[in-house]
Amino acid sequence: MVAKGRIIWVSGPAVKADGMSTVKMYETVEVGDSKLVGEVIRLTGDTAFIQVYESTSGLRPGESVTGTGQPLSVLLGPGIIGKIYDGIQRPLGEIAQKSGSYIGRGVHTDPVDMKKKYHFQPLVRKSDSVGSGSVIGSVEETPLLNHSIMVPPDFKNGTIVDVISEGDYDIEQVVATLETSDGKIPLKMYHKWPVRKPRPYTERYDPTVPLITGQRVIDTYFPIAKGGTGAIPGGFGTGKTVTLHQIAKWADSKVVVYIGCGERGNEMTEVLVEFPHLIDPRSNRPLMERTVLVANTSNMPVAAREASIYTGVTLAEYYRDMGLDVVLVADSTSRWAEALREMSGRLEEMPAEEGYPSYLASRLAEFYERAGRVKALGSPNRTGSVTLVGAVSPSGADFTEPVTTHTIRFIKTFWALDTRLAYSRHYPSINWMNSYSGYLEDVSKWWKESVSSEWYDLRAYSYNLLQREDTLKEIVRLLGPESLPDEEKLILEVARMIKIGILQQNSFDKVDTYSSPEKQLKLVKLIVNYHKEAQKALKEGITLADIRTMPIIPSILKAKFEITDEDIAKLDQLDKQMHEQFEKIVNQGVKLIV
Amino acid sequence: MSDSINIEYTKIAEIKGPLMIVDGITQASFDELVEIETPDGEKRLGRVLEVGHGKAIVQVFEGTTGLAIVGTKAKFIGKTMQMPVSPEVLGRVFDGLGRPNDGLPEPIADKFLDVNGEPMNPEQREYPTSFIQTGVSVIDGMLTLVRGQKLPIFSGSGMPHNILAAQIARQASVVGTKEDFAVVFAAIGVQYSEAQYFKRSLEESGALRRSVLFLNLADDPAIERIITPRVALTVAEYLAFDLGMHVLAILTDMTNYSEALREISAAREEVPGRKGYPGYLYTDLANIYERAGRLKGKNGSVTQVPILSMPADDITHPIPDLTGYITEGQMVLGRDLFRKGIYPSVNVLMSLSRLMKDGIGEGKTRSDHSEVANQLYDAYSRSQEVRALAEIVGRAGLTGIDLKYLDTGDMFENNFLKQNLDENRSLEETLSRAWEILSALPESELTKIKDKHIKQYYRHQNQQQSTNVGVAAAVSSSNAT
Ligand SMILES: Nc1ncnc2c1ncn2[C@@H]1O[C@H](COP(=O)(O)OP(=O)(O)OP(=O)(O)O)[C@@H](O)[C@H]1O
Ligand SMILES: [Mg+2]
Repeated sequence: MVAKGRIIWVSGPAVKADGMSTVKMYETVEVGDSKLVGEVIRLTGDTAFIQVYESTSGLRPGESVTGTGQPLSVLLGPGIIGKIYDGIQRPLGEIAQKSGSYIGRGVHTDPVDMKKKYHFQPLVRKSDSVGSGSVIGSVEETPLLNHSIMVPPDFKNGTIVDVISEGDYDIEQVVATLETSDGKIPLKMYHKWPVRKPRPYTERYDPTVPLITGQRVIDTYFPIAKGGTGAIPGGFGTGKTVTLHQIAKWADSKVVVYIGCGERGNEMTEVLVEFPHLIDPRSNRPLMERTVLVANTSNMPVAAREASIYTGVTLAEYYRDMGLDVVLVADSTSRWAEALREMSGRLEEMPAEEGYPSYLASRLAEFYERAGRVKALGSPNRTGSVTLVGAVSPSGADFTEPVTTHTIRFIKTFWALDTRLAYSRHYPSINWMNSYSGYLEDVSKWWKESVSSEWYDLRAYSYNLLQREDTLKEIVRLLGPESLPDEEKLILEVARMIKIGILQQNSFDKVDTYSSPEKQLKLVKLIVNYHKEAQKALKEGITLADIRTMPIIPSILKAKFEITDEDIAKLDQLDKQMHEQFEKIVNQGVKLIV
Repeated sequence: MSDSINIEYTKIAEIKGPLMIVDGITQASFDELVEIETPDGEKRLGRVLEVGHGKAIVQVFEGTTGLAIVGTKAKFIGKTMQMPVSPEVLGRVFDGLGRPNDGLPEPIADKFLDVNGEPMNPEQREYPTSFIQTGVSVIDGMLTLVRGQKLPIFSGSGMPHNILAAQIARQASVVGTKEDFAVVFAAIGVQYSEAQYFKRSLEESGALRRSVLFLNLADDPAIERIITPRVALTVAEYLAFDLGMHVLAILTDMTNYSEALREISAAREEVPGRKGYPGYLYTDLANIYERAGRLKGKNGSVTQVPILSMPADDITHPIPDLTGYITEGQMVLGRDLFRKGIYPSVNVLMSLSRLMKDGIGEGKTRSDHSEVANQLYDAYSRSQEVRALAEIVGRAGLTGIDLKYLDTGDMFENNFLKQNLDENRSLEETLSRAWEILSALPESELTKIKDKHIKQYYRHQNQQQSTNVGVAAAVSSSNAT
C-alpha cells in the first residue's frame, strides 16, 4: 500500500517525484538513498511535490521515494522535558552522539529515551470506564513535573480491562488495556499525534488570570493572560529574543516550550547553558526541568523551520491536556512565514503581498487559534492553558509589512518594540504608546484579589502621566522645555522617573531581571506618590528646581535593582522618607516665603 | 553521493545571464560541481542549481561570456565543491574560488572539505564568553567582541571600515598566545587598493604568515563571489576546529556578495523580495554568518567581522537589515562623525554587541564594566537629544542639566571615541576615560550604576584635574582618510 516512487526533479528543499499516486497529502516520505525526511505538500496526477526537511545537496533524479503512511507526527510521552529538538522532533543531543559537532543527514533517532524507566502510578482500576483523553496513570517526568498518562484523544470511550500495578517501567510497556467497540487496545505511556491537527478539548474558557512574567512593562502595563496570545514585533536588536527569554525564564507556568525558528544558534545554546543553572523561584528547581526547546536555526533546512512551529504547539497542547499552564514562545514567526514563502515560490504559486502566499493570514490565524484556556477531555476534570507569544521580525522594522499586519489581527496583546528606544538603550524597548493589551480588564480582578485593590488606579494614573508627557514632548521639541509651566515640567520629570524607575528593566541584572507583582505595585505607587507630593509642593510655592534635586530621587530610580524582593519592606521605608523630605522642603520653603 | 559519474554532456539548451541549461541529462545531482569547457578550450567551474526532467540548470562562476550552444562541454563530476586544506594554507593567497593566486603550487591537501559546510548542532556549540581586547575604546568599552561572535561593520561608501577592520585584526592578535591566532580575509568584489591595504597592514604587524587571503576583486567574475566567503569560512573552520586556532574572519564587502546572489535569482526568474533581492536572502546570508562560533570539545573559534556598505547609508536596506537580524550585533559607522573627522566614526547608539554581557564583568574585565557602558550609552543618547534641541531653541533655552549633557557628548566624542589608527588602549585606560566623562555629570544622574561602584570610581569635581577636558582634548590628529 505504501507509495514507492522516483525523484524526477530537485531544487533546493523542493523535490518532485512520480509514481506517487497512493501517497496522501501531508504524508511523510523517505526521500532518496539516504532516506531524508520529507512531507508531501501537493499532488498532481501521480506526481508528488515534497518539501524535504534535510539538506538535499547531492540528491539526484532517479533515486527512490517511499511513503510512510503517516502524517508528520510527534511522539508524546515522558522524556520530552529538558530536551532540545529540531523542527521535526529529532533530539539534537542524541544526533550529536551520532554525527558530532555538525548535524548529519538521514540520522534517525527516537525523540525520547524508550528504555528509561519511570515510576508508574496507576490512577484507574480494572473495569473503570474511561473516555478518550482521560488520565489513567502518572509518572514523575522531572522533579518539577508530574506527567499524566492519558488515553489518546482519538481513541474511543471504553472500559479498562487490564492495568499494570505501580512500578518502574519503560515507556514501551503496555500499562493498561482498553476495550472499546473496536476491540481491545493496549495503552502505552506514549502515543503519536499529527502536528498539523490541533488536539481536541471539551470546552474553552476565557483567559482571566494574568501570566506573571516579572517584567514590569508587561505585567503592569500590557499584561497577557494565561491561555492568551501576544506578539512582539521589532526591528533587529530591539529586544525580542531577550524578552522571550525573560518570559521563558520567569513566567509562572508549569511548562515552557521555546521555539527557535530560523534564528541564531548561539541563542539556543544560551538557553541550554543558562536554564539548568537558573532556579525557578517558586519551586527552587532548575528551570530546565520544565522547559523543552525546539530549535531550527537560520542555517538549518528551511522546510523544517515551517514544521517547527507545529511541532512546538503540539507539544504545548499535550501538556495543557494534563491540566497544566503552558507557555509557548516562538522566535521568530517571520522566519516561519518566510519558509512558507520559499516553498510557495518553489511551487510556483501565485504570490500575494511581498511574495508571501495568499494563505499566510489563515495559517497565522490557525496557529494563534491553538492558544487557549481549556477544560481537557475525559476525567478527571482538568483545566490547562497554552499561552502563545510570537516574535515578529518586520523587514526594515516596518510594521506595515504582511506578517506584522496579519499577526495583529489574531493576537490580543501587542508589545511594539521601538528602534529609537533601543538606540537610546531604553530596554525593554516596548513602546508604551503603541502597545496594548486586550486582557487588561480581565486580569484586573486577579490583581485586585491577589495583590492590591489599588493596582488598576495606580496603573491608570501613571499611564496617564506617560500619555501627557507624549503630547508635551511635541511642544518641547519645538519650543524647548522652558516654555512649559512648572506643572507640566513636573510631568516631564515624573514621566522620566517612570521610564527609568519602572519601564526600563535590565534583564542581565541579578535583581532587576525579575520583579514580583508586589514589588511592581510598590514601585508604581512610590512614583505616583512622588508626583502627588510634588504637585502639592508646587502649589505651596516650592520651586521645581528644589523638587527636582531632592536627594531621594536617585534612590527611587535605583530601587528596582538595589532593593530585592526579599527586602520589599524597604520600599515602604523609601516611601516614608520621600514624604518626610517633601515635608521638610515644604516647611523650609514656607518659612522662606513668610 | 555516488562516486565519479563523470559524464560529459554537450547538449546545451540555453545560456542566459550567469546560467547555462544543459539538456539530455541522465545523471546529475543537486548542488553538484560541473567542469565546463568553452569552445575555445578554456576551463570553467559551475554548480547545479536545479535538476530534473532531463535538464540541469548550472550556475557558471566565471560568467557565460564566450560560451556557445555548440561546442561547449559540461562534465558533472559527482561531488559538491570542495576546498583542499592543510596547515600549509597559512600565509597563502587564493582567488575567489580557492585556487592559488600567489604563483605557488596548490597546497598539499590533508583533506577536502565541502565549501557549503554543515549546520553546527546548537547543542554542540560552546557559548562564547571570552573577551577579545581590540585596543579600540569604543569596541572594548561599549561593543565588546568575544571569541566566536559574528559582529559586522555597517559602513557607507568612502568610510574607513577597512582601516578599522585592519586595526582590529592587528591589535586583537597581540593579546594572548600569538601562536594560536589566525586571520582569514575574504575580499568580495572590492577594489585592488583595499585588498592591498589590508595585506600590507597584516604584513607590517607580522601577521601575514598566520593569515589566509581570498581575493575576488572588483574586476573578477561576479558570480564567483557566491563562493568566496564559503571557501574562506571552510578554511577558517578547518583552522579553528581541526587545528585549534582562534580565527578572525573578515569578509568584505557582503553587499557585493548579495548583489551576485540577486543576479542569479533574476536570471532564474524567481519572484523577487524587497529591492529585487531573492526571498531567501535571509537564509542564504545566515548560512554564511552562522559559520562562526565555538564548539564543545574543540579549542579554536571562528570570530567573524563581515563588512558591508549600506547603499545610500540606509540601514533599512535589505542587506544591512537582514544581516542585523542574523549577526550578534553590529558596528555602524556614522556619516556625521566621519565628516567631523572622528576616527573610528562608530555611531554607538545604532551599534550593539549582543554577546558583550557574557564577555565582561568580574573576572573577565571589571565588575563595573557593564554599568559604565550602560550609563555611557544613556549619557551620550541624552546628549544627542539635547544637541538636537539646542539647534532649535539655542543654548539659552536649555536647563542646567541639559547643558552638562551637551558637554558630555563632546567629551565622549573627543576623549573616548576618537583615537589614533595605531593607538592600542588598555581596558583600564578605556574604563578610566569613561569614568572621566561620567564624572562630569552630577552623581545623581548616574542611575544605571550601583552605589558601590560610584563610591569606588566616581571622581568628584574637585579631584578632577581639568573639568574642561572636552575642549582641551579636541586635538585634531590622525583622521581616517
Ligand atoms: N531587557 C533588556 N535588558 C538589557 N538589555 C536588553 C534588554 N532587551 C534587549 N537588550 C539588549 O538588546 C540586545 C538585542 O536584543 P535581542 O537579541 O532580544 O534583539 P532581537 O529583537 O531579538 O533582535 P533580532 O531580531 O536581531 O533577533 C541584547 O543583546 C541586549 O544587549
Ligand atoms: Mg532575536
